[in-house]
Amino acid sequence: MRDFTRKIIEDKVGLVGLIGVLLVVLLAIFAPIIAPYAPDKMHTLHTMEGPSSQFLFGTDEFGRDIFSRVVYGAQVSLQVGLIAVGIGAFFGLLFGLLAGFFQGKIDQFIMRIMDIFFAFPDILLALTIVAVLGPSLTNTMIAIGIVFTPVFTRLIRSAVLTVKENEYITNAEAVGVSNTKIIVKHIAPNVMAPFIVQITLALSGAILTEAGLSFLGLGVQPPDPSWGVMLNESRSYMEIAPWMMAFPVTAIIITIFCFNLLGDSLRDLLDPKLKQ
Amino acid sequence: MIIPVLFGVSVVIFFTLRVIPGDVAQTILGTSATEESLAALRNKFGLNMPLYEQYFTWMSGVLVGDFGVSMRTGAEILPEILSRFAITFELTILAAFISWIIAIPLGIIAGVKRNTKTDFSVRIISLLGVSVPNFALATILILVLSLSFNYSPPVGYVGFFEDPVKNLQILFLPAFVLGTGMAGAVMRMTRSSILEILRQDFIRTVRAKGVRERVVIFNHAFKNALIPILTIIGMQIGVLLGGTVIIEQIFSLPGLGQMVLTGINQRDFTVVQGAILFIAFVFVLINLLVDLLYSYLDPRISYK
Repeated sequence: MRDFTRKIIEDKVGLVGLIGVLLVVLLAIFAPIIAPYAPDKMHTLHTMEGPSSQFLFGTDEFGRDIFSRVVYGAQVSLQVGLIAVGIGAFFGLLFGLLAGFFQGKIDQFIMRIMDIFFAFPDILLALTIVAVLGPSLTNTMIAIGIVFTPVFTRLIRSAVLTVKENEYITNAEAVGVSNTKIIVKHIAPNVMAPFIVQITLALSGAILTEAGLSFLGLGVQPPDPSWGVMLNESRSYMEIAPWMMAFPVTAIIITIFCFNLLGDSLRDLLDPKLKQ
Repeated sequence: MIIPVLFGVSVVIFFTLRVIPGDVAQTILGTSATEESLAALRNKFGLNMPLYEQYFTWMSGVLVGDFGVSMRTGAEILPEILSRFAITFELTILAAFISWIIAIPLGIIAGVKRNTKTDFSVRIISLLGVSVPNFALATILILVLSLSFNYSPPVGYVGFFEDPVKNLQILFLPAFVLGTGMAGAVMRMTRSSILEILRQDFIRTVRAKGVRERVVIFNHAFKNALIPILTIIGMQIGVLLGGTVIIEQIFSLPGLGQMVLTGINQRDFTVVQGAILFIAFVFVLINLLVDLLYSYLDPRISYK
């Protein structure tokens, strides 16, 4: 593990990504301390003011402080990212392990269902699920989680199929170790590398999808400070108050960029095919 | 494999939309609707039949090309899907085209000049391409263009065959936004597959024969790198088909994505289920085409 951390730090690209991700995490955790105002506090005498020392990023049409909203927006993004990816990763790991280990009918059943979900473009599937459940923060997370499940399932299944070929698995089976124990103790730990890489990449995907859904009005609902919501609200005022758009956009781009940098660097480190 | 998948898609989409709480007829007609008009609407769309019967009625229509009518407007759904698909499809193809023009040359250069400054810049550009959400890029572009050139997104849509110049003017900006997003992924894949191929023995042999580097790269390396590049292109075209939802909304293009979104917002289920089934059908078809292209490009891959 220490060796691993050292390698990420040595890889400058990964280090930039890691620092960026850590900053976003800190921003989210310490939002109440960092943000000068509550995200929904309206300063009615200061509507649509440009950036100033009082309002670092300016204010929106209700006089809410954009800096505070961007800071709290990090909470929303990370929450969606972690929970949505958590749902997708959990079910993906479960289904992938089952399908890969038992093969046969269970495998057929699980993978055919996943094929059906693969036939929907991601954002459309998420849109439909949110439409059914009703737009809200929780439902956005559930929808994105469902959308991400097939990717994780397919990934874990193929990793399990490779691991299963190893002799130590055959040995464990021969000496009568139970299936559960083989899956938990011998297979699961050996499929963790691709799993972790996929989690990092999925995190940026989830944050992106949430912003997109919220932008369309089908994700997080106002007045919650999601970056996508802020971007959508700013569109009507973009010529007279461009700062309303500029800061949430920058926040989205930097966050996703850093997650991708980190994910890329992790993949290079963990994927033996790319090692040279 | 396609038919069971599409069958599954139809089941999932139909029953998912039926889970929505509340009375569909009531939602469509509003709270002031009379009992009679509610009953009439339920009868017309078979809403009081058991779910499985509703599904079979719908599917038996779909199989002969009858997608039913919109619950809101009463208009036939399939003709509308097809005319809107033409727009989405043109947008997707244009976007894909723009992305190849940007991505493939840059990807090759980065792969060939590995670990140089050029390579590093290309990697950063491509990662930015992947990281900037298309709706963000679209809003930024519109903002910048409107502030500096008084640009505003064109209102209304003109078909390609009516006025090709105007049509391309309307579609260029949205296609550019979608294309740059896709370019990031294509660039990364081009770079890594060129790298992979350049390491192989046959490249060393070709070089040892004294073949010029240009020929090595284009005739030998690139040709062999095409398969993974094609995979990503196929996947991206599918992603684009769904991803146009947001872009069509921003640029007010009357495409298929906008149809789904309006359908969802108006709770017009017949429209939503028809449009999504159609998109899934095209999506699966594209994946099949990509698979077939593989075996053409790489005779070692065969499908029995």
